Amino acid sequence: MIIEVLGPGCPKCTKTYELAKQAATNTGVEAEVVKISDLNAITNYGVMITPALVINGKVKIAGRIPKVEDIEKWITEEK
Amino acid sequence: MDNGRKVECACGGDKTVLLYSCSGAADVGEIADRVTRKIRHEGIGQMTCLAGIGAGLTGFIESAKGACENLTIDGCPVACAKKTLERIGVTPISYILTDMGLKKGSTPVTDRVINEIAGKIKTQQLNRVNP
Repeated sequence: MIIEVLGPGCPKCTKTYELAKQAATNTGVEAEVVKISDLNAITNYGVMITPALVINGKVKIAGRIPKVEDIEKWITEEK
Repeated sequence: MDNGRKVECACGGDKTVLLYSCSGAADVGEIADRVTRKIRHEGIGQMTCLAGIGAGLTGFIESAKGACENLTIDGCPVACAKKTLERIGVTPISYILTDMGLKKGSTPVTDRVINEIAGKIKTQQLNRVNP
């Protein structure tokens, strides 16, 4: 599973990245968590606000820091 | 090339306002499109693709849900842009050009009309944000 955190590297993006890693660990799912800061890559997803979280190519949230429980739920849905 | 696309970071202090045009086939749809592009360039918000929401693309949908404000500009009362946002549970600030004096099917698409409508929307937006 690939989990992408979209954003320029701001504090909220960093927090979202940490929560994504924590959620992956909590669920026990083998996941690669990556940061994406390239503007074209972000807009290719149609994302206009960051931070955003993408799991298996689906944008799950944009413009807000997700709760770790929500990330765990999305990981479970996508595995 | 500057294509006007920009991604807002939620860490910034500014409110994120996303703009959508119906861009319909009629004269008022074309005016809606050009007005939306004009106010985007004048700093009212970031224009994004209504079609992306209609297509069910998750990035556009989640961006609408995460924005501080979503502003739709429709040419006529059919209000496709407004209703497209409402289908995903988002209530936009809605402008309908026929409610602002334009007549569908008999309004020339001219710079004068576009400037006049853009000016009215910009004034209403600024008054709403800073009453």
